Amino acid sequence: MLPSAFEYHRPSTLEEALALLAEHGEDAKVLAGGQSLIPLMKLRFAAPEHLVDVNRIEGLDGIEERDGSLRIGALVRHNHLAASDVIAKYPTIAAAAPQIADPIVRNLGTIGGSLSHADPAGDLGSVMLALGASVILRKAGGEREVPIGEFLLDTFQTSIQPDEMLTEIRVPTPSAGSGGTYLKMERKVGDFATVGAAIFVQMANGTIGSAGIGLTSVGLKNLKATTAEAALAGATPGDDAFAEAGRLAAEAAEPVTDVRGSEAYKRHVVDVYVRRGLARAVEMARG
Amino acid sequence: MEVTITVNGAAQTVDVEPRELLVHVIREELGLTGTHIGCDTTSCGACTVLLDGTPVKSCTVFGVQADGRSITTVEGLGAGGLSPMQEAFKQEHGLQCGFCTPGMMLVGTALLEQNPDPTDDEVRWAISGNICRCTGYINIVAAIRAAAAAQSQPPAAASA
Repeated sequence: MLPSAFEYHRPSTLEEALALLAEHGEDAKVLAGGQSLIPLMKLRFAAPEHLVDVNRIEGLDGIEERDGSLRIGALVRHNHLAASDVIAKYPTIAAAAPQIADPIVRNLGTIGGSLSHADPAGDLGSVMLALGASVILRKAGGEREVPIGEFLLDTFQTSIQPDEMLTEIRVPTPSAGSGGTYLKMERKVGDFATVGAAIFVQMANGTIGSAGIGLTSVGLKNLKATTAEAALAGATPGDDAFAEAGRLAAEAAEPVTDVRGSEAYKRHVVDVYVRRGLARAVEMARG
Repeated sequence: MEVTITVNGAAQTVDVEPRELLVHVIREELGLTGTHIGCDTTSCGACTVLLDGTPVKSCTVFGVQADGRSITTVEGLGAGGLSPMQEAFKQEHGLQCGFCTPGMMLVGTALLEQNPDPTDDEVRWAISGNICRCTGYINIVAAIRAAAAAQSQPPAAASA
């Protein structure tokens, strides 16, 4: 179906884009990759009066480590993220990026757009929760840094203001002795995840110093499995610790029975994926 | 809104509403109906074209986004004949109804630009955004592999 009519703006600079957002506020949406927004518009679930196409703005597609964190520009396309050498140091991201949607969608979809879209079935939201990332939100007057847990509020809802645009994602650079992965169950390539689990582990003197677990498609938003994470802090890595974490994560998940599986089945997959993911992350950390 | 798109090597200027998807511009304004609409949900890849050489689902791009850029549709593959990819699909019986075929061939063409000698797994990975309801994919993979093999041969001498 055809989207409803809108006014199309194509700013060449970030300043122009922010001025447009300041002017049109609630009536405007940013168009980045469009791989989530355009399908919604075709179904008329979204009908913004103004679209601000930011794809020609330069300087928003870098990936670099600086001052203790990895800085990913909002316009970095998923395929670019997946192919990046820098990302190899961030195995949770490296495992997730190639599994997002399908290879054609990954040519256009962006990390900024994906996080801003805040679909609970979005893979990168769970990854960023597991990694303790933050996002930079800019507006004409300035910018602010928001931890991902405070950014992702609810289904398709973030704390972004109408005059703001997400410009950068910051991931703390891990120390040596860390590992991670992303496990995703999908019926076929391109389907939404049945269940996804983002795992990060930081070892400390032979025990688990800290762990991050983000869950996809088992709640109204990407979920951080905080009780499982707490149980892992200071734990001796091994089957017992992993099993307990899996149990707690499955308990904390809020899956819904649908065509992809029953609630019980999805909880079971959360348990399995968390246990399996932790084992892989620890093995990697001990590497 | 007037936009100029280089289509299969030739600049075309069309006047379109911003909400017109690129696939509609290609099919309705430009009359190139080799690009197909299969699902309307960004799932099937029958609408795949190359935007500046990169496969995109043209049903999920607005026509105005292609302003000042170049696209290649299936009509642009062979220069007055069949491209090696098209020849390979013909030889290997890589199609039945043909609906997914333009997208498959364009993705295959783009793949070989990046990776001239892919394995079966790499081909399957590359076409995983394109759905085929007829073939079971076996001959599609064989066709893309055959095109890779053909392109790695030195040009044949003209026959006497």
